[in-house]
Parts: sequence; structure tokens; C-alpha cells
Amino acid sequence: MSDPHIVSSFDEELKYLMRRVSEMGGIAERMVGDSVAALVASDAGSAQRIIAEDIILDDAERDINERAIVVIAKRQPMAHDLREVMGAIRIAADLERVGDMGKNIAKRVVAVQGSAQPKQLVRGLEHLSELALTQLKEVLDAYSTRSAVAANQVRQRDDEIDAMYTSLFRELLTYMMEDPRNISACTHLLFCAKNIERIGDHATNIAETIYYMATGDRLLGERPRGDKTATVMASGH
Amino acid sequence: MASGMNFPHAELTPNAEQATDHGAAELAQRSVRVRASDVSVFYGAKQALFDVSVDIPDRAVTAFIGPSGCGKSTFLRCINRMNDTIEGARVGGKIELDGEDIYDPSLDVVELRARVGMVFQKPNPFPKSIFENVAYGPRIHGLIRTKAEAEEVVVSSLRKAGLFNEVKDRLHEPGTGLSGGQQQRLCIARAIAVGPEVILMDEPCSALDPIATAIIEELIDELRENYTIIIVTHSMQQAARVSQKTAFFHLGNLVEEGPTDKIFTNPEDKRTQDYITGRFG
Repeated sequence: MSDPHIVSSFDEELKYLMRRVSEMGGIAERMVGDSVAALVASDAGSAQRIIAEDIILDDAERDINERAIVVIAKRQPMAHDLREVMGAIRIAADLERVGDMGKNIAKRVVAVQGSAQPKQLVRGLEHLSELALTQLKEVLDAYSTRSAVAANQVRQRDDEIDAMYTSLFRELLTYMMEDPRNISACTHLLFCAKNIERIGDHATNIAETIYYMATGDRLLGERPRGDKTATVMASGH
Repeated sequence: MASGMNFPHAELTPNAEQATDHGAAELAQRSVRVRASDVSVFYGAKQALFDVSVDIPDRAVTAFIGPSGCGKSTFLRCINRMNDTIEGARVGGKIELDGEDIYDPSLDVVELRARVGMVFQKPNPFPKSIFENVAYGPRIHGLIRTKAEAEEVVVSSLRKAGLFNEVKDRLHEPGTGLSGGQQQRLCIARAIAVGPEVILMDEPCSALDPIATAIIEELIDELRENYTIIIVTHSMQQAARVSQKTAFFHLGNLVEEGPTDKIFTNPEDKRTQDYITGRFG
């Protein structure tokens, strides 16, 4: 932390925002991990719990926005204080979306339940979610340390998720072509994979926000992109 | 946190030229109206200002900010040689107005102060009529001779200061009868009347309420089309609102200067950062 403000209640308000964002990060992380675990284990009960949990993140985001607006109105923050408040608003929005992704995966647990899930596809999905969760965890660590270096590293690694997602996409497509009875389950798995890939994108957004908070500059240059699914065709596998 | 340091991650910016410009390019295009080089000020044995060098861009608002006693008002007063009037004050270094050394012994100080007008913290109209407050300067400078000329200057100056409509029916009533904000605009009209190039403002709104302050700020924004304005202010928000360039002073040193948008979102020096974010011990 930098030196305290002369007005100590200003520090309290900034710390509150920081704590709430970190809390949201923890909840979002757990929701995603649990939703993939529920998918793998076909655990409908756990899925229901996750779906119900999403409202906590929605409330937290609203709370952070309201508090941040009051801080801006009351304190007129400058320089890195201002970037801190703006960062909290942006990161809360990303984390709320991450929660939605987890919730969406949980919703699909019931739909996928019962149909024979090819082991390697589920393993692939698990692996993809591990990559996304690592990204999420590291970007949240970068948030708590305000490390521009760590944030930049997270951003550079997003292409791993994209590449993995592309290969999973091909596999699911192949599987659907082999037997049309797989289409329903595989479509749900495809959406789950897409959700996880989106979580990686949110981690990247958060990384860029952290970089800006720490340095006041934008991360420049094209970010690595490995998602090639837009050009994948069924006949071209 | 890491951001408390000076440019902690400059090495991570892959291409500095693409980084946020903060209006630097726009400022760089402006010609320099006032140039200070290594200006030092001594009050007797005490040095109040240390080697200040800064360029003041033409037709823009430059704000000087900093804690009390940091030297910002001292420096402002150097620009129209107001420090000459203070016993024991000594100014070193060089200040040029349009490339001309204003401390040149052959320079007419009275003429300099017509070119570099000043507005003070407390509105200080002369104990005369509104009309006379504005007409006085042009008359003693020999800029007007007839009554018609006087009227023309008074009306146009009051208009430029955004005061004419409020006072047109009582031009011959005392200036001191106006409200604080109106008095301050009368003082701005008085400064404008002698046709200055530069207007110095030393905390022009600190005695005014928020509405009167907003009117003056709007006026400053209009005036910068025709004048070079330098404003000393204790209100950082005001500096951020009205200026295009900001200079931060601390303990008699010019710590940092640059485009206002940059100073208030991403200052480079820790002292600037601490001051504008309210962390100064």
C-alpha cells in the first residue's frame, strides 16, 4: 500500500472496495471450479447450489458500483486513487460475468446427465477449466499485489486456453459426426467449453485493468489470440 | 502499493509513443508566450524559489498548484515583476515575454504590467464607479482620450468579462456595491481593459461561492482564446477543470509540469502523486 491519506476514512473506503473485489474473485473462482466438478460428477444437487450462489456476485457487483460512485462524488479521487476506483468497477463487472459463466455450466449439468459422456472429452473440459482457473487465480493474485508484471504474464498466457479450446471444439465436432445421438450432450459440452474460454478472456480483461491501475498506461499491442474455432468446419477435421 | 513509485513499470510499455497522449501533442503545438529559465527568488537571505524553468504556452491556461509556501505565488509575481515592490526581494535567472527579458533594466515596468495583468484572491475594485474601475487603466496608459473611446473600452471589457448585462443599468454606481463574484469579474474586466497578453490570477475564486466560481471558470475558458492565462489555485479540482497545463511546486522547487490530464491521472513524481491524492504529511 502507498502512504495513508490525510483523511483516513478515504483509506477505509478504498480498502472496502478492494476487499469486496477480492471476495468476488474468491466466489467466482469457486463457482467455476465447482460447476465443472458438478458436470464431471453429474451432481445435480451441487449444480443447484451453484446456480443459487450467483446472486451473491450480482449483489456484490452492485454494492461495489454504488460505493465507488459515492467515493468519486465525495472524494474526487486523483491519479492512482482514481484508477483504483475505476479498476474496482471494471473488475467487479468482469467477475460478475465469470460467475454467470459458472452458473451457465451448472445449468447444463442436468441436460448432460444420463447421456454417455466420452471420457476424453470430459477430461479435456476439466483440463481447459484448470487452465482458466489458474489464469483467474493468478490475475486475482496480481490484483492483491497490484503487480503489473504478473498481470502482463496472465495476459500473455491466454492463447494456451484458446488453443486448448480450439482442439476441444474439433473433438466435439468429430464426436457429433460419428453418432448423431451425441449431438445433444456434445452441444451442451461445447457451450461449457465456450464458457470456460470466455472466463479466460475475462481474466485477460482483468489483467489489463490491473496493468492500468498499477501504471496508468494501457497494455499495448495485440493480445495473443489462439481461438481458431471461427474457421473450423465439420468437413475439415 | 507498487503504483506509489515513480514510473514503476516503464520498461513494460512496449511502445511509449502509442501510450496515452493526455493532450501533450496539442500543447506542444502552441508557441511559448512566457519562458522562465532558472528563476530563483530570495527574500533577504532566505531563498523562496530554486531554479525554476518552465514554458508557458500561448492562449492556454496554465495552473500552478502546490501546498502553502511552495513558491507558486512568488513565481507568479515574478512574471509581472510584482516582487520588485517587496523590500529585500531579489530575483535571479531569466524570464522572457515574447522572447524579451522582462528584467532588462531598460524595460518600462508600468508598460509590462499592462501587458501582464493580474487578478487577486480578494476582489479589490477601486472605490469608484463600475465605469471608472474599467476606464481608469486605459486612461492613465493613454489608450483612450475621448468619452466615446472610454465608453467603448468599458463596454467591450465588461462584455469580455461576462459582466456587462448584469451592470449595464448601473455603470455609475460604486464597484464595491457588487457581489463578490461580480467584483471579481469587474477586476478581470479592469485587467482586460488595458489590452494585456497575459493574465495572472492568484487564487481568483477562493473567496467566492461555488456558483460564482463556476461563472469565473467558464469565463477563464472563454478568455483563453485570446489571452495566456496563469492561475494559482489551491483547488486541485479547479486546476484540473480549467487548465491545459499544470505545474506542481513544492518547497520552492518546480517538481513536475505537464499536460493537466496527465498530471491528474498519472503523475510521474511521488511528491506530485502524494499531494494531488491527499497524502501529504
